[in-house]
Amino acid sequence: MPEIVYRPDNAFPNEIVSRGGSTLLRCFQCGTCTGSCPSGRQTAFRIRKLIRWAQLGIDEKVLPSEELWMCTTCYTCQERCPRGVEITDIVMTMRNIAVERGYMQKAHARIGAQLAKTGHLLPFKEEQVKVREDLGLRGIPPTILSNKNTLGCVLKIMEETGFKVLVNQGGK
Amino acid sequence: MPKYAFFLGCVMPLRYAGIESSTRAIMKELGVELVDVDEFSCCPAPGIMRSLHSTTWLAVAAHNLVAAQERGLDIMVVCNGCFGSLDEASHVLNHDEAKRTEVNKILAKAGSKEYKGKTRVRHFAEVLHNEVGLPAIKSKVKKPLDLDVAVHYGCHFLKPSAVRALDNPETPRILDELVEATGARSVEYRHKQMCCGAGGGVRANTPDVALKMTAEKLNYLDEVKVDLVLDVCPFCHLQYDRGQKDLARPKQYPVVHLSQFYGMAFGIDRKLLGFEMHDTKVNL
Repeated sequence: MPEIVYRPDNAFPNEIVSRGGSTLLRCFQCGTCTGSCPSGRQTAFRIRKLIRWAQLGIDEKVLPSEELWMCTTCYTCQERCPRGVEITDIVMTMRNIAVERGYMQKAHARIGAQLAKTGHLLPFKEEQVKVREDLGLRGIPPTILSNKNTLGCVLKIMEETGFKVLVNQGGK
Repeated sequence: MPKYAFFLGCVMPLRYAGIESSTRAIMKELGVELVDVDEFSCCPAPGIMRSLHSTTWLAVAAHNLVAAQERGLDIMVVCNGCFGSLDEASHVLNHDEAKRTEVNKILAKAGSKEYKGKTRVRHFAEVLHNEVGLPAIKSKVKKPLDLDVAVHYGCHFLKPSAVRALDNPETPRILDELVEATGARSVEYRHKQMCCGAGGGVRANTPDVALKMTAEKLNYLDEVKVDLVLDVCPFCHLQYDRGQKDLARPKQYPVVHLSQFYGMAFGIDRKLLGFEMHDTKVNL
């Protein structure tokens, strides 16, 4: 099999740094993060490798990877990192870049579209009204579900930022 | 009397309304006033929303912070996810003027008021521990609970600790003390601080991966003797409650949110605790 050669490049780490992830550059690859990762115990996800690829600017390995989406954002690695790398925050920054480059996951696009439509992540089901009333609660929760004026404002925020268009394109 | 804008979020009012009725009942009992704010939307969920588009995440969170600001109140949440979003967003917006200006421009275009950078966000467990206090809680216990409890802290209650600064994220005591105030025993177990598996958009995108983490954590509970799993987050709650059904494991642990647990100890009408809507039977 021919060997694939990746050339280190500064563009990707610089992009992460410019979005607030400057601690990326401190990582010295000790592996405390991978040793602490609950997702890594169950899957092929290796957070230490992901961070190394990011440092080297091998974004073609990072951005399309399934593993980028296996972090539960539990922050255990970030808390334990002896170099103070804000690992979890950097994962989320890399996910933002992945989404911009067309790598949004289908399930996330669907949930995002729900938010862009109703202001809540979960659909409100009609049968919930009775369940809630039986518990002495207002049938329709006292959130923007019962305030159409403000709902418009929240939906407008998501139009202004381009989020609505983004999620309605769907994921890969 | 402490008074907060009561932030409902999504999972609690729409899937586990019993947590909402329990929270209202115990806070009334403890003299904490909760104000409904019908301008509140989704927090929005930190794992998915912040991962997809951090500017949208920050702007929608700011909208929620503004709604509390206009009432002159701080926010109280009952969910680690809502805490993760709103506490994090307030931390950014209250300290970073450039970000606040950027977000305020978006809010203005959408017809929302300006965020002034002062709203604080409180997690209900922290309010119970630090504002109400253990002596006041103990004085309300009518039915001491003779139970062995596996406390599940969840991730975003205490982490990132640089922002939260509530307790040591590796060996915390805050929830154990709150549980023990009812007469129950908080049992130590392996990997107690481990994630339930649901966060970060993992449950939505790869539910099998989330479930493997839940299964691992449940296996650690099998090594000790506990009567229930106690959480302070409706999303962890959902992951354990539905996860045990999906795993069809022989040993099933009732999943109880701290508000419901206090409801039991305070002698609140059991019907109001909403255990019937759990997938895993609560036979306590």
